[in-house]
Order: sequence, then C-alpha cells, then structure tokens
Amino acid sequence: MAEELSKPFDKSAMTLQERAEHSKETRIQIISFAFMIGLTVLSFLAVGTEVLATGFVVPFILLLGVIQFFLQLFYFMHLKDKDHGWPNMLFSSGLVLSAPVVISLILLLGIVKW
Amino acid sequence: MATAAATQTKNKSVLWDWLTTVDHKKLAVLYLIAGTLFFVKAGVMAVLIRIQLMTAENDLISGQVFNELITMHGTIMLFLAATPLLFGFMNFAIPLQIGARDVALPFINALGFWIFFFGGLLLSMSWFFGGGADAGWTAYVPLSTREFTGSGMDFYALGLQVSGFGTLISGINFIVTIINMRAPGMTMMRMPLFCWTGLIMSILIVVAFTPLAAGLALLMLDRLFMGQFFIPDYGGNAILWAHIFWIFGHPEVYILIMPAFGIISEVVPAFSRKRLFGYSAMVFAVILIAFLSFMVWVHHMFTIGIGPITNSVFALATMTIAVPTGIKIFNWLFTMWGGKITFNTAMLCASSFVPTFVLGGITGVMLSMAPVDYLYHDTYFVVAHFHYVIIGGIVFGLIAGLHYWYPKMFGHMLNETLGKITFWLLYIGFHLTFFIQHILGLIGMQRRIYTYMSGQGLETMNMVSTIGSFVMSAAIILLVVNIVYSAFTSERITVRDPWDARTLEWSTPTPIPEYNFAQIPQVRSLDPWFYEKVHGDGKMKPSEPLKDIHMPNGSILPFLMALGLFIWGFGMVMINMDVPTVVTGIVIAVGFIMTFGTMVLHSKEDHGYYIPLERVKKIEKEVG
Repeated sequence: MAEELSKPFDKSAMTLQERAEHSKETRIQIISFAFMIGLTVLSFLAVGTEVLATGFVVPFILLLGVIQFFLQLFYFMHLKDKDHGWPNMLFSSGLVLSAPVVISLILLLGIVKW
Repeated sequence: MATAAATQTKNKSVLWDWLTTVDHKKLAVLYLIAGTLFFVKAGVMAVLIRIQLMTAENDLISGQVFNELITMHGTIMLFLAATPLLFGFMNFAIPLQIGARDVALPFINALGFWIFFFGGLLLSMSWFFGGGADAGWTAYVPLSTREFTGSGMDFYALGLQVSGFGTLISGINFIVTIINMRAPGMTMMRMPLFCWTGLIMSILIVVAFTPLAAGLALLMLDRLFMGQFFIPDYGGNAILWAHIFWIFGHPEVYILIMPAFGIISEVVPAFSRKRLFGYSAMVFAVILIAFLSFMVWVHHMFTIGIGPITNSVFALATMTIAVPTGIKIFNWLFTMWGGKITFNTAMLCASSFVPTFVLGGITGVMLSMAPVDYLYHDTYFVVAHFHYVIIGGIVFGLIAGLHYWYPKMFGHMLNETLGKITFWLLYIGFHLTFFIQHILGLIGMQRRIYTYMSGQGLETMNMVSTIGSFVMSAAIILLVVNIVYSAFTSERITVRDPWDARTLEWSTPTPIPEYNFAQIPQVRSLDPWFYEKVHGDGKMKPSEPLKDIHMPNGSILPFLMALGLFIWGFGMVMINMDVPTVVTGIVIAVGFIMTFGTMVLHSKEDHGYYIPLERVKKIEKEVG
C-alpha cells in the first residue's frame, strides 16, 4: 500500500471516470477564472472611463466584489462540490462571525479616535 | 515491508523518545507538564502580588515590578497555563472518545506543542533582559508602545505571536480530527460532550487567534520597525488596539471555559450514574455561546467612550449569553438530580463548579450593564468576577479532569484522602481570596495598584484575601505532593474501567497500547461503552478485522522547527536591544533558516510504519 502512496495521485487512485471529471473540473475552473477576470476588467472600466456617476460606481463595484467572492469560494475553493458540508459550514460560520465584527469596527472606529 | 519498520519504536532513549514523539497520549503528558510549570510560575507571581497587597503602604515590591508581575501573571495563566492544560486533556481524551488511533495530523500535533512551549519560553526570557512585560495582559496602547515600555513588551509581542501559532495549528488539528477520525457509528450527535466542546473551542481558536496574530503583528511593527498604527500623533488609532485585542480576548475566555464545561459534562454523568440530562440542548447551548462570544467584545470597553447606543447594544448581547449558560447549569443540576452520586475528588470539583460558576456568571451579568459598569470598571469587582469564572470554572474543571482521567493516563489512582483535602483547601482558599474582593471593588479599590493608603478601610479585607491565597497555594502544593505520593504508593490499575464510566476511552485496556484500539470499535449509541455494558456483552463490537496497524513515525523536526521560531523571535526582539546590528541579523538568519530548513526536510515523504499483526496480538494478550 505504501508503494501506491508514493505514486502521483492520478496514477494510483483515480479511475478513468474520475479523470474525466477531473478534466471537466479544470475546464470549469478556467471558465470561471476568465469570468472573474472579466468582472475585474468591468470594475476597472467603471472607474477608469469616468463615464458613470460615483453614486452608481461604488455599489456596482461592491456588487461585483460580492459575486466574485462567491465565485472564488464555490468554484475555486470547491465549496459547490458534494462532501463539502464541513468546509461550507466552517466558511459560513467564519463569515457570520467576522461580518458583524468588521461592520461594527468600521462604524465604531470613526466615532472615537485618539 | 511491514516488518522492517515495526521494530523502530524500540531502542530509543527515554529523552529522545519524548522529544520526537507524535503519540497523542505522550503529547498530552507533555502538555500537562509544561502547563503545570507555567501554572506554578504564574501562581508564585500571584502570591507575590497578594503579599505586596497584604498591608497598606507595603514597599516589598516596587511599582514597576508589580506591573511586571500582574502582566506576566495574567498572560502566562491564560496563554501558557490554562490553554495547554486543557489541550493536554483534549489531546488525551478526544481521540480515545471518538474511537481513533491518533489525531488526524500527528506531526502537526507535536509541532503545536513545541511551538507553544518555545513561545512561552520566549515570553519568559523577558525576565533576564530588562524585566517582564509590564503593560497589563491587555497591553493597551499607548502604554505598550515603544515610547513607554521596555523590551518586556517586545518579548510579549513576539512570544505570544509564536505561542499563538502553536495554539492555532493545534486547534486546526482538533477540528480535522473530530470531523474526520470518528469511528464508524460515532455520529456528531453521539459524540461525548467533551469532544463537542473541544470542537467548538477549536473553531473559536481559529476565528479568534487570527485577529490576535494580526494585532500582535501591528504592535510588533509599531515597536520594532517604527510603525505608527497605534500612535495618534502620527495618525494612528489607539482605540483600534483595544478593539482588536477584545475581538480576540472575549472569545479567548470562552476558548478556555468550553473544554472545562466538557470535562464537567463527562465527570458529572459518570459519578451520578445517569446519562447527561439534555444532551442536545447542551450541544445547542455550546454553539450558541460560541456564536455570542464574538458579538460582545465592546463590553470590555464600555468606559472608553464609544457612546450610549453602542454600549446598550453590546450590553444586551452580553446579557443573552446568560441564557445558554443557564441551560447548561440546569442540565448539570438535572443530571445530578435523582442520581446515585459518588462524591470523590473529581465529583466534588465538578459539582462545586456549578454554584461557583453561577456566582461568577451573576457578577458577569452585573458587569454587563453599561451604566453600572462605570462604577465597577477597573476595580477589584472585575478581578473577583473573572477569577470566579476562571478558577471556579477552569481550575475546578481541570482538577476534576485530572482525578477523573489520571488512572487511564498513568495507570494508578490519585490518593483520594489527599485529593479531598486538596479540594477543600482550594475551595475554601479560593472563596476566601476572591469573594471579599467583590466588596473591596465595591468600596472602591482599584485594579493594578501596587499599594494603597492606610485608614481607607482596605487593610482587613486585603489581609483576608492574602490569607486565602496562601490556603490556595497550600492546596496546589498538596496536589503536587499527591501526584508524587500516589506514584509511589498507589496500586497499579489493570482494569479497563475503574470508574464504571460511560464513554469510549474507558473501553481501552490500561495501560493503553500506542495504537489505542486494536480494532476500531463500532459505536451503537450515545455513551457507547455504557450501552455495550448494559445491552451488549460488555465489550465494544469491532468494526474491522484484526490486521497490521498503520502508525506515524516520530520526528525531531517539530522540536527543531519550534526552536527555529524561538531563535527567530529572539533575534527580532534583539532589534531593540543594544547589540550590533550584525549580531541581530545573524540570530534572525539562523532562526529563519532553521524554521524553513526543517520545513524543507519535512517535505520528504514519510508514510509511517506498520505494527505487524503478531505484535498487536502479543500486546493485546499482555494488556488484556
């Protein structure tokens, strides 16, 4: 068994079907990567072209950021895959715990500053 | 192949074996020893503090040394005594309770211990280089910036940073272990409560120690590299530190109390001869407490001037914590209710935990009311409150756990008579020391003052408090005496289950073979061992055939990696000392190369070894 452990993973433990799924996964990764690059370009354009009003640009970029965040988590970091219940749970509890902290820090630090 | 590596555990010297071990049971003992050493050190500091405050206008200790003592007492007790002692029990019990042969990442486990240990050593080095850290365990800026404090705070920032890494990776290791290493049938809701609290504590560590690491990094940049994050004159923000510290600091106290809750939840059912009352409510309460612990940090900063609305929100959030905690208290009471209770030392500690912790909790609710907190803030009332939850909670939990698991860990019982005397001394001494501090606080004695005037009505109560601290010290000394005495006089235990307990660790033979379970058990119920005793044939059903057992290899690399971090950290502290830059550079380089060099060495593949079937059978015959 230990000899198998020293082999590269795809030679020792992956069936043909798994390898096909693996390449499909790679394709999805590349597509989502391209999509995210697109989102980034979009937000740069929104600021750089100076066509849009600031009041629109800020929420727009924040929205793109949120979309990108979830793409990252679910496509790059595999949260969408099955058997990822625990990472999902830990990621979301991290979010639930840190979001109020960050928000209240932003709100509170402006008030008292010395 | 399997036979070649099997003999390699033999022929090791004792010292080499302990330095290289990755066995969770041995690391548990290391954690307990290291934690006890730090506990004694910080305890001596506490006694010195109490002696200084025994009489009015005492000049035994200077104000500077007093500041160093209170800072190091708090820091060591929380980071280097309570955490490792609890980690010790978690390391020992959690793999056994979930039916695993070791933690998921044994190398990381050893690494976590050694990094914590060397971080603690780095912090302690401060005494030899210009005095300990002296800005309080909270290290509030601007007091803790380079302008006002010496190299002690450099050691604080670097030492805690290093030991925090150790705690962080141990926490991650426990999460991975509990999620992945459970025996067949051991579903989440069949886990003993100690595992649940261990899991929640580890999650809290991952979420809370990261802000601490960030804050300490900022403090280090401020102190060593002329940063200005916390220096208002240069546009920094002093309040930011208080926020960051308490975003970490409040969950930290829950990190400590969680496993103590777990220990109590193991000891109380075992000695009440009943299953834990309201198991699922207990799990729910633990999760709720963990969540709320992140939403209340501003209650440490009520008087900092954030404003009434914020204060009210955080006061309310703080009060809600009393609800899940109340659920737990009532569940422990109902577990004892109608039970056939055996009052041995462990049970005495566990049952007296309940009222003591309630006292600490009630003062907690009192402190959470923001307007009244203006009166309590920075008085001995606060000191009394947190010592009630920390000693009444964690220390009683630890001593209960020690007496409970001692036969399984070391193969003999602790002496019960000495144990009971220890308990009563500690119980009386503790209340004598700290109950009166509530009143001291209410009549206006401030925290962190090294002396006080005579004729203000403070002398008698301080004297009583100091006498109480002597009684507590006697209790701890007696505990150590008990450990030595029992090692020589106690009968060896050969039965599996001396307490007639309920959880899986008691199904293993005593002493436990290094692979824990020859066959991983099949779990059929909550309290699986009790279930098999009542409904089965008194043995755990195996879930696999007897076969070669795969074990991890020991390694000296965790020790060296941690030593590298220690040298690196020490080199960083040297930046502020009067030494040539070249020397500092060399020390930093040595530490850096050592840390990352050992990482490179570790990247070599190591698949562990197999204990062959014949040897497993032989061992099983010997211990069974």
